[in-house]
Amino acid sequence: MGDEAATDAAFADAAHRISLTLRNNRLVPNAIEPRAINAQWDQANEELTVYMTHQNPIGMRMFYAAAFGLAAEHKLRMVSPDVGGGFGSKAHNYPEEVAVTFASKLVDGPVKWTADRSEAFLTDAHGRDHLTDVELAIDANGRFLALRADTQANIGAYLSSSGSLVPTYMYATMLSGQYAIPAIHARVRAIYSNTCPVDAYRGAGRPEAAYVIERIVDLAARELGIDPAEIRRRNFIREFPYQTPVVYEYDSGDYEKSLDAALELADYSGFAARKATSEARGKLRGIGVAAYVEACGIGPSGKLAKLGGGAGMWESAEVRVHPVGTVEVLTGAHSHGQGHATTFSQVVSDRFGVPIENISVIQGDTARIQAGTGTYGSRASVGMSATLRACNQIIDKGKKIAAHLMEVDYDAVEFEDGIFSSKDSNVTIAFAEMAFAAHAASGFPTDEIEPGLVATSFFDPPEFTYPAGVYVCEVEIDPDTGTVEVASFCAADDFGNVANPMIVEGQVHGGVTQGIGQALWENALYDPDTGQLMSASFMDYGMPRAGGVPDYKLVFSGVPSPSNPLGMKGCGEAGAIGSPPAIINAVCNALGVRHVDMPATPEKIWRLCQEREQG
Amino acid sequence: MYDFTYRRPGSLDEAKRLIAEEDGQALSGGQTLMPVLRARLAMPSVLVDLTRLDELKGTSMEGDRIVILGATTHADVASNPLVREHCPALAALAGGIGDPQVRHRGTIGGSVANNDPAACYPSACLALDAEIRTDRRTIAARDFFTSMFDTALEPGEIVTAVSFPACREAHYEKFPNPASRFALIAVFAARLGGDTRLAVTGGGTGVFRWQEGEQAADQGGDLANAALDEAHFTGDLHASTAYRMHLTRVMAQRSLAAIG
Repeated sequence: MGDEAATDAAFADAAHRISLTLRNNRLVPNAIEPRAINAQWDQANEELTVYMTHQNPIGMRMFYAAAFGLAAEHKLRMVSPDVGGGFGSKAHNYPEEVAVTFASKLVDGPVKWTADRSEAFLTDAHGRDHLTDVELAIDANGRFLALRADTQANIGAYLSSSGSLVPTYMYATMLSGQYAIPAIHARVRAIYSNTCPVDAYRGAGRPEAAYVIERIVDLAARELGIDPAEIRRRNFIREFPYQTPVVYEYDSGDYEKSLDAALELADYSGFAARKATSEARGKLRGIGVAAYVEACGIGPSGKLAKLGGGAGMWESAEVRVHPVGTVEVLTGAHSHGQGHATTFSQVVSDRFGVPIENISVIQGDTARIQAGTGTYGSRASVGMSATLRACNQIIDKGKKIAAHLMEVDYDAVEFEDGIFSSKDSNVTIAFAEMAFAAHAASGFPTDEIEPGLVATSFFDPPEFTYPAGVYVCEVEIDPDTGTVEVASFCAADDFGNVANPMIVEGQVHGGVTQGIGQALWENALYDPDTGQLMSASFMDYGMPRAGGVPDYKLVFSGVPSPSNPLGMKGCGEAGAIGSPPAIINAVCNALGVRHVDMPATPEKIWRLCQEREQG
Repeated sequence: MYDFTYRRPGSLDEAKRLIAEEDGQALSGGQTLMPVLRARLAMPSVLVDLTRLDELKGTSMEGDRIVILGATTHADVASNPLVREHCPALAALAGGIGDPQVRHRGTIGGSVANNDPAACYPSACLALDAEIRTDRRTIAARDFFTSMFDTALEPGEIVTAVSFPACREAHYEKFPNPASRFALIAVFAARLGGDTRLAVTGGGTGVFRWQEGEQAADQGGDLANAALDEAHFTGDLHASTAYRMHLTRVMAQRSLAAIG
């Protein structure tokens, strides 16, 4: 991807060339609920009901009907109402679920399978596992001229659902980072191996890209003697929309604003004093900056088609208003820990003026929801936008009903704070009154206004959204043991408009914690001689724990996205994308070394400390 | 997990009888045994639950010795006023085992009988000259922990109590495995009868006394140069032999420094 000749030419003339080889460690998703399925074939009616832990049950119905012929699509009910976390690992199609469903047809009865934790370790699609050679060309003034990346992506023994998409269109497209880099060329080779398949895992390609660009930029700052914050500031993209050399066109952003906010939050200028305090206690202190950008809100069907994608990625919402004014939202978006019941309800409550307890959000059952494409890739803003558009249709119809009741012109009706009113009438009509009238339809001109109050929207965004942010963290290293403690972590994120700050903070907390886990502890390790997964349980796979992470300091410095009517960008993956390079940059800063591969385990760090002492 | 019969005896005598007559496997807190069963690595036909026996739970003083009955949980040891007063390092050790769930299920008798080479309790037992009492006899700690996952217990023999001397000059310093929270290396240091004791767990081959380190400490020497036998250590995916040996010196120095 990109322009190889232009990149080669830029490198030939560059004042500085910085290069690095990076390994992005393989991770196990470890959702709190392992996969589970209960399939029930009903021979008499030739109907199939499948309860499954999945992030996209409607899409799975199509696969099970069309690809595997397990039942006719209209006689196949797929149900996944409450799912205990996914992080992408439950968005894929797995052989175990197909086998269980097929078995249910064989025995003409229900068949159930629940993965235990060992099976989850061994079979849930893993994440990351890249080996990358990266090189950055820089001019005499510290401005980036070109980037070259050569990546080998281990995709495992079989191609998983998005196994080839993640290391290509979701990775190489993000290699421009937050920087104006005139020429980029990326080569990616997907490699089959005798390991568990690799697929999307929180960030899916974008963490790998952010790690590559943010490590090489940091190393460039170190080798050229430029402050890490300054070299980033000098190369930021400043005008939007911005067409990168690698397909994507960033819609909006203000990267310098996030950088300034993060540096202030972290008291960047006070680092030297904190470092001296640590040194007085025999500890090494380091500071790390990382700036990430990602593509969310998948996806714009037009753009996807240009990339060779065969399917649009809209989302649907149906808004049903009951006679007494309570509301149901039925959406194909799927919450498995993201809090859609709250945030989707907020959109409706704000638009209708209906109390939030009078709204329910229905998901994860093909018998109830017409269509949808599920939740992954921080795309709930697409479903929320569909919900808003369906609400707008309800309001539009409500205005017609109110005009009829108030005996005024449609154009003279206004709706605000749950009340229909008109300058031409002293009558006002509450939302619930309008809803009752819509259902009673008493004396309605039903040739003009149909009874009932239901609206549906399919929203296909014009462009991806591009959340971005700057993370600053400090680590303290015990040189006697090699232990890395994350002393502080500050995040300034641009998620566009934020519906619910508490939920968004929770998403950042979780993402950053997973990123710290990747940087310091997590590692899916196969025995090179036997192919056995050695880190196949929580005894051997280092999950992050609450006690191992600091209190996070967050600030949202949002620039609204023009790519959807709510101005949202998405927040689910950001933390896991920006934090690994921030941590490793801080570790390298503390030790004064070029690079440390993840995870930065105590023994690895201790050995570097030994080398450091020996000069 | 394979099928088994679960027995809940009403007395220690009944437990002994069930174990003898039905070839039962004693079950205490189950923090090791249950994962082993879940992974189908063992297939006992009868499990005899010792944790409901009041006669195996509790802590008391016998003279200047603390006696902790076998089915007492780590959480109870950690919070027990007698342990906290007479051997605070032991209470701290118990309070740092695993996580709260583990500490409310796991028991001292189960831990010492299992003798996991990375478990915490065996180091305290060895450093403090603990006595392990069973339904048949009393065994000195130095004779009890024979090798990793192996003890002097005979088939069917039940640990009924562990007794420790009161000792306020002691400290347990653990470097936890980031994944499991077992000891990657931990050292229990104590001054007992004027002598320094250093017991090391986590090395890989089983708990041991670092006698060269003890001598160096007693002679005011530097632990960094004391001989340390590599045969006590193994390497695995978490740590090499060399790193474990280095951590042993660091943890020993830190635990001695904590005693003062």
